[in-house]
Amino acid sequence: MPTAQVLPIHGRRSHQTVAQLQDVTKNFGSVRALLDFNFSVRTGELTALLGPNGAGKTTAIKLLLGLLRPTSGHVSVFGADPSQAITRTRVGAMLQVGRVPETLRVAEHIDLFSSYYPNPLSMSETLAIAGLEDLRQRRFGDLSGGQKQRVLFALAICGNPDLLFLDEPTVGLDVAARHLLWEEIRHLLSRGKTVVLTTHYLEEADALADRVAVINKGSIIAEGTPSEIKARTAGKKIRCITQLPPAVIRNIKGVMDVRADREAVVIQANDAESALRGLLSLDLEISGIEVTSAGLEDAFLALTRDDSQGDQNV
Amino acid sequence: MSSVSTSMPAVTFPRPNPLQICFKEAKYEFLKCLRTPMYSVSTMLFPIMFYVLFGLVMGRQMIGGISTTVYLIPAYGTFGVMGASLVGTAATLASDRGLGWLEVKKASPMPMYAYFLGKLVMSVMFSTVDVLMLLTLGFAFGGVHLPALVAAKLVLTLVAGSLPFCAMGLAIGYFAGPTSAPAVINIFYLPMSFCSGLWMPFMFLPKFIQKIAVFLPPYHLSQLAFRQVGAGQGGPALWHWESLIGFALICLGVAWVGHQRDQRANG
Repeated sequence: MPTAQVLPIHGRRSHQTVAQLQDVTKNFGSVRALLDFNFSVRTGELTALLGPNGAGKTTAIKLLLGLLRPTSGHVSVFGADPSQAITRTRVGAMLQVGRVPETLRVAEHIDLFSSYYPNPLSMSETLAIAGLEDLRQRRFGDLSGGQKQRVLFALAICGNPDLLFLDEPTVGLDVAARHLLWEEIRHLLSRGKTVVLTTHYLEEADALADRVAVINKGSIIAEGTPSEIKARTAGKKIRCITQLPPAVIRNIKGVMDVRADREAVVIQANDAESALRGLLSLDLEISGIEVTSAGLEDAFLALTRDDSQGDQNV
Repeated sequence: MSSVSTSMPAVTFPRPNPLQICFKEAKYEFLKCLRTPMYSVSTMLFPIMFYVLFGLVMGRQMIGGISTTVYLIPAYGTFGVMGASLVGTAATLASDRGLGWLEVKKASPMPMYAYFLGKLVMSVMFSTVDVLMLLTLGFAFGGVHLPALVAAKLVLTLVAGSLPFCAMGLAIGYFAGPTSAPAVINIFYLPMSFCSGLWMPFMFLPKFIQKIAVFLPPYHLSQLAFRQVGAGQGGPALWHWESLIGFALICLGVAWVGHQRDQRANG
């Protein structure tokens, strides 16, 4: 029995590694999806894999689910091979799927998937967590996009897994549906579950993740807490309409970078106050000033734009 | 309750009953197909419709020494179980494989044999219903009088003989795309049915088609079924069964190659 290898779950932030990709390279024929990829998931945390489409996020998830085998390197989940049935009883997955059997009802889908697991949640618990109580008798094909995603979420959690993989769970959802799913994910974290989530919504990683790994072109280019990632691009963004040429703006104290944005310019500033004083004194006609914090999005764009710098940060 | 359970290793819970998983797979596969008109209507309605038109409405002459209404039960029975098995396995497998649903199931702890067994049981159930409906129509409106034992043996023969076509469905399902699968099925299904004498009595077929027919599995199944009602013509029963088993093994081999191909694609 692999009992000895099964790690107990103690709650959040105990920093035990429950799943790991070690030096993993994955090629599909001549196409390289991941290169020397190192990634670990800690107990009780939500780790976000953040990257543009085609960066290798889904490949990483499928390796951790044992659906793909690495070309080289090592994959372990709960200290075992992820494709073993015993490992899979502790793992739930929400994948991007082209077509789900449409003529089955919500409760029927859940009933079937629950039967695969040794210790599933009760039907009513699963329906409540996924917010599907009123839809249990509806056929899958009759649901809206957001409701369909919630059913896939329900199938991922119905086995009461300790580790949950969510591949782009909120893709295509409207704002309200996305926030609802976020609440459900936070609820699972509060119950001690470990979650790995892929997303290209930066806001999503920022809102949910304990740790973020930014992937581009099959490699991790930055890793840390959302605030650590954001700190990579320090400062604020100033958007304004001005006649000043970019070369002049760039020489103002506190300004790091300038780029044109339609009729206005967007200024990246590490000292917003000095930059504003300079701008106001040089251009009396300046208008439409907006100052915002540099978000994860700016960090992400900066990181994925400059690969050579990113590589040094791994 | 569930928050308590997460603090315990999952291995302390008994593994779920594999029989129960298989039962639920079969049950929901059956419901899924029953509610899909393209499947349930095309596999059940066509044999029935043919039987009503060519057996009940058109004359009552004799074919091969027995009345048309009796003769057409094994013929359309073979046609029906073949369709139910091919569509039930090939179309659903191709769709599950091609559109990601099989991957969702593979990521769960579901044992793969439950998935295939579910399809098999579902196909067998549709096949059984097909044959029973033909028999019921024949008894009720076609003046068919078969002893209960003969009718039972006819049903068993056709249902057992449907299994090689489930194997054929797996072979097609592993190689056809989700949208092309129905077309691929019909490319095999309809010409094979015709050449095996399921639509037109075998002795009325051109000689060269009769020569081809001995290589076609529906010919062998239909001959086994005809024997049950006293209208068998071809060689001994054992030869027909051997042909069907050989065909099933070839199809399973092809399906296995397709399965390996899928595995390789995943590294």
